[in-house]
Amino acid sequence: MATTIDYPLPKPAASPAEFSFSQALWKWVATVDHKRLGILYIATALIFFLISGLMALTMRWQLIFPLNHLVEPDTYDRLFTMHGTTMVFFVGMPIVAGLSNYLIPLMIGARDMAFPRLNAFGYWIFLFGACLLYFSYIGGSGLQGVGSAPDVGWFAYAPLTARAFSRGASTDYWALGILVSGIGSLATAINVIATCICLRCPGMTLSRMPMFVWVMLVDAWLILVALPPLSAAQIMLLLDRHLGANFFNTQMGGSAVLWQHLFWIFGHPEVYILIFPAFATLSEVIPVFSRKPLFGKPAMAGAIVAIGFISLGVWAHHMFAIGMTAWANTFFAAASMLVGIPTGIKIFNWTATMYGGKIRFSVPMLFCCAFLLQFLLAGLTGIMLGVAPFDWQLHDSYFVVAHFHYTLVGGFVFGFFAAFYYWFPKVTGKMMDETLGKWHFWLMVIGFNLTFLPQHFLGFLGMPRRIYTYWPGRGWEFWNLISTVGASIQFFAILFFLVNIIKSSISGEPAGDDPWDAWTLEWATPSPPPEYNFEKLPVVRSGRPLWDLKHPQDPDWKYQ
Amino acid sequence: MAGIELVPIPAEEMEQEWKLPDRGTVGVIFFIVMESVIFLVFVMAYLIYIGKSLTGPYPKDVLHTPIAATICLWSSSLTVALAEKALEKERLGLFKLWWIATICLGLEFLTATGLEWKELIYEDHLTIATNLFGTTFYSLVGLHASHVCVGMLFLLIVLGVTLLGFPIQTQLRRVKFLSWYWHFVDAVWVVVFTVVYVVGK
Repeated sequence: MATTIDYPLPKPAASPAEFSFSQALWKWVATVDHKRLGILYIATALIFFLISGLMALTMRWQLIFPLNHLVEPDTYDRLFTMHGTTMVFFVGMPIVAGLSNYLIPLMIGARDMAFPRLNAFGYWIFLFGACLLYFSYIGGSGLQGVGSAPDVGWFAYAPLTARAFSRGASTDYWALGILVSGIGSLATAINVIATCICLRCPGMTLSRMPMFVWVMLVDAWLILVALPPLSAAQIMLLLDRHLGANFFNTQMGGSAVLWQHLFWIFGHPEVYILIFPAFATLSEVIPVFSRKPLFGKPAMAGAIVAIGFISLGVWAHHMFAIGMTAWANTFFAAASMLVGIPTGIKIFNWTATMYGGKIRFSVPMLFCCAFLLQFLLAGLTGIMLGVAPFDWQLHDSYFVVAHFHYTLVGGFVFGFFAAFYYWFPKVTGKMMDETLGKWHFWLMVIGFNLTFLPQHFLGFLGMPRRIYTYWPGRGWEFWNLISTVGASIQFFAILFFLVNIIKSSISGEPAGDDPWDAWTLEWATPSPPPEYNFEKLPVVRSGRPLWDLKHPQDPDWKYQ
Repeated sequence: MAGIELVPIPAEEMEQEWKLPDRGTVGVIFFIVMESVIFLVFVMAYLIYIGKSLTGPYPKDVLHTPIAATICLWSSSLTVALAEKALEKERLGLFKLWWIATICLGLEFLTATGLEWKELIYEDHLTIATNLFGTTFYSLVGLHASHVCVGMLFLLIVLGVTLLGFPIQTQLRRVKFLSWYWHFVDAVWVVVFTVVYVVGK
């Protein structure tokens, strides 16, 4: 009977002597450590989040009054294209990769990812793709012309992307940038799957694996099967544009609708890929801050796997307006209803986890609570839009814009903020400032809802997406004004967030190993964790190894 | 079982073996899953565009079923498996023989594809831009051929280091992964062959 308990874990040897700047830079550039790569991903995502957020703010200010002239129409087209593309591919995807990278090995008791060098390759090729996209501002029109960014919208419908309608090289930068960064995402997906399957510490069976890891494993699966169709479509687009192929050339019998199908076969799973990190975070944060184990963990795992498969079969609900057969409309509407069921299970289980719990409203928990309400609203408008006749009324209107911003900002971004406040102490060894955090949270909630709630009404009033201005007298002025005011409040919320990051990383209170009294393995390491994570690999006997350790008289494994 | 025991572990559980799949195996399998999805998209595009070309040349006029090349490619799956078996038994001479046979068969396939394309382009005037048949044919067959090329590159690297005296038997695991990739490329040809030369004609 072995009974040694080593906790807290032995601290690493005294930190090595000061590094010069070039040595520090080399350590970051040449790193294959999953934690450093995770931080690089998140930092890159934050930079693009700021750039892309400022683009959104510019668009809102352009729309504040009717017939406003802050930006030119073609600039506006580039703004919404770059905003959407950046947010999805260079904010969302690196956050997926960053959170998976940093947390999965720590949570399953491993020393690194399965393929550390592939991991580093994935990050740098992703960054190269992002640089390619932004290089379009300089090189978009070729050497002779003035530079320009892509202006074809984030889903770049054919035939707008054909050579005849999209001159210059801007669309090529769009396709190449995403194609190249997609290679990085696919490498990360394979890495995450291999890590979860092959590197779990002794005793960490699949049923004992933390919910976070479950969700990110299914997320990697979705990336693996949903991203290749986009890559294939972009190869086709580049063949069309450069070798004169006819995939999307309607004059030669090609089909513009094929692009839509291929794009949305990727595009719909993609929104699940983006929301999964938020699901994963909630599944860790809500139990810890409610002081209760996650309600119905097997059902939660089942639901996430169900979403991972059903979401592959709903893509054409983005395409009701193209005139599909009644059978196709019915099928995709029904499949879209179906995916609401496992999502509903998750919402109910998080709520049930909170029910009767001893809830601590720290900043991570506040973001989770806001997530629950906002994501619920997003889900409901999603079900409305999944009904084909309803979609025909509101297709390509601001209602759709409001719907997906409720999922991606109210859902994904809020979930990311919860994750950021929750794991920041682990990553830096310092606590985030609670007061600044609460300012950030409340300004964000108010600003976000002020921005996007009125856009539902704008949709009902008939305002289409992607217009750079509008005439007065259609009842759109008031709601657009409110929406812009809300966006500006969000700007200040993000300022509080940035100030908080800087202040806390310089002078935050020391966090200790386990500031939240949590239960998963990452909190058994020092903060920040040493390069090798665990001096000796842990052995676990239940889904909450740290609970077992802290409560030897009443461990979890007795009930499993 | 060495490790930090976060909780007391009963002796009988301590003796249980903790064995998980090999990470390389899992990585290669999911890499092949991903590749299959890319091929699936191009195969679907081919099927959708069958008979949709507005102008000639049409498949039935210009395509000749490449029977010899196909036999070569499929039998290379057998030779690479035999090479792998030989390496397992550390019979290096036999390994080199089967490995070179695989490379020759693969090269024969690539040469046949090249000649087929040459004929299509110069005599039948079918390019990727001519019509939908050309677009889907060159992209699907080209995607497959590019995979054969990548496989060929790795086969040649293994042959090169073996001939230079590197102890390849120490890399059995990697040779195995390469042979899986080669089998995958051959299996894809079953689909491509059926779609292009049977269904499409």
